[in-house]
Amino acid sequence: MESLQPISGIWAIVAGAVKVTGIFTVLMLTIAYTTLAERKISAWIQDRHGPNRAGPLGLLQPIADGIKNFLKEETLPATAARFFFVLAPMMVLFPSLVTFAVIPIAAPLPTPVGVVDMIIADVPIGILYVMAFSSLAVYGVVLGGWASNNKYAFLGGLRASAQMVSYEVALGLSLITVLMLAGNVTLPEIIWQQQQLGMWFAFPLSLGFLLFVISAFAETNRLPFDMPEAESELVTGYHTEYSAMKFSAYMIGEFGHMVTASALMATLFLGGWDLPGTWDNAFWYQGQLISGFAADGSVIMANPAVWKTLATLAGFVAKTSFFLVLYIWIRWTLPRFRYDQVMALGWKVMLPTSLAYLMLIALTILVLDEVGVAWGFGYGLALTAVSTVCTIAFVFFVDRGRTITGAAAQRAQRVEIKTIPQPAPAGD
Amino acid sequence: MAISVKVMHRPEPETTSYLRAALSGMALTFKHMVNPTAVTQQYPEEQTDLSPRWRGTHRMEVHADGRPKCVACGLCPTVCPANCIRLVGGEDDQGNRYPIVYEIDEFRCIFCGMCQEVCPVEAIHVGRHFENAEYTRDRFVYDLDRLMEQDHPTTLLWDPSDPRSE
Repeated sequence: MESLQPISGIWAIVAGAVKVTGIFTVLMLTIAYTTLAERKISAWIQDRHGPNRAGPLGLLQPIADGIKNFLKEETLPATAARFFFVLAPMMVLFPSLVTFAVIPIAAPLPTPVGVVDMIIADVPIGILYVMAFSSLAVYGVVLGGWASNNKYAFLGGLRASAQMVSYEVALGLSLITVLMLAGNVTLPEIIWQQQQLGMWFAFPLSLGFLLFVISAFAETNRLPFDMPEAESELVTGYHTEYSAMKFSAYMIGEFGHMVTASALMATLFLGGWDLPGTWDNAFWYQGQLISGFAADGSVIMANPAVWKTLATLAGFVAKTSFFLVLYIWIRWTLPRFRYDQVMALGWKVMLPTSLAYLMLIALTILVLDEVGVAWGFGYGLALTAVSTVCTIAFVFFVDRGRTITGAAAQRAQRVEIKTIPQPAPAGD
Repeated sequence: MAISVKVMHRPEPETTSYLRAALSGMALTFKHMVNPTAVTQQYPEEQTDLSPRWRGTHRMEVHADGRPKCVACGLCPTVCPANCIRLVGGEDDQGNRYPIVYEIDEFRCIFCGMCQEVCPVEAIHVGRHFENAEYTRDRFVYDLDRLMEQDHPTTLLWDPSDPRSE
């Protein structure tokens, strides 16, 4: 089986170029059609039709939007800081596109010249690269708000920085539980460990999954966390002064973050391209593509096939689409939180919960390893039991007026008018 | 009658669940998402049913030989409450009066239909028509030729078989 070698030489460069071009194109198309999906789904939820004029069923609407944004007037406020004003949209757009490079999209593809990994760059730092670049996006938002020299844009930028910094903590802490369980930071290995565990990390780390989803919503500035652009309070927040392609760059950046965050959630918690069963397992282990270990510790060679790659790609697309639809669905269901509610949820709930959960998971993993439970389905079930208890406790703690309530029900925060004791009238 | 105040029932915070409310909201939006009962009318494809009393864009009736039926009597500019009809009458060799200039400013017109009611020869009519968008404002002053070219039906308020409502 000499063909089961990783692709190398000139063919690796060719494969890399094809992958970069293909994934970039598909990513941009996905972003474009996510905007259409958002408008269509919002329309259906509100019993409307949505865009249906450009092309059949409105399918050419994103192209029409793109042309419109190219042809619109580029405004530049007279008092704006010109250099940073132009730089800021690029700083949002760029990180949202490059983070996709480390996300594996399908099982390795066998070709006559070697096996191609369906990932642009399998860098050893993996998820840390994603975290580093997705954090950079906040600079674009803050810089855009500041450079506009507009008080609403500036307030939006300030809120964006406060919110994204707050929720990044919870995001990172809930991510650490995944890294502890997988034992590595590269995304292919995280998928491999989910295949070995026999269940996706959404079950043994259910509370981590919940915290990660909530934080990811806040990180991407989507409702109910769209404080930075709260249009009823701040016009449209940090991109108030932007028009045409610069505004479009912000939008592409936002939707790009959505797509990347969806793909990331699918990879970390729903097994990435993994489909149920062991037939599609594949991982580079000491230079060999293996599908698992036999009982005596020897490796079982993987048997990659084109149809397996296509099937796993379809699985990955389905999981990512699920999160994208979830994003849109929640956006058109829930009203926006108040700013202090967002901050309270971030610092008083998400941070302590994720810290405590991290400690508990670390303890559970330590106990399971010390007891000698083998890495496999039983290990996963034990963690699932612990996490389910945590999730129920968390939901109980958060709900019913304890942390999140409607605005009318916040008794604890209401200022009571106290009666001032009057001195007894003199002369009685 | 005494003024009554409706006291809204606000559930206590300890008994209301944000998450359950959010989930039931998501269930509701999901129902609409998969089965939208869209009530929007797809306008250019689906036309609105106009009321039988609809009075829209004017049209001028013509004789079989192509002359306008108008005899330039001057009743319609006189009765017009919006003063939107400009009429200059003339007389030909046989002594027949005819309009030299007949203009209706469709922007000023209030579509009351009194020009149609007052016309002694059933020449000017309001029509069952409303799609008269133009690119410039001056295109909304309809001259005689334009009024004669209009081919939309006349309003249902006027019955051609009983033109004088007798």
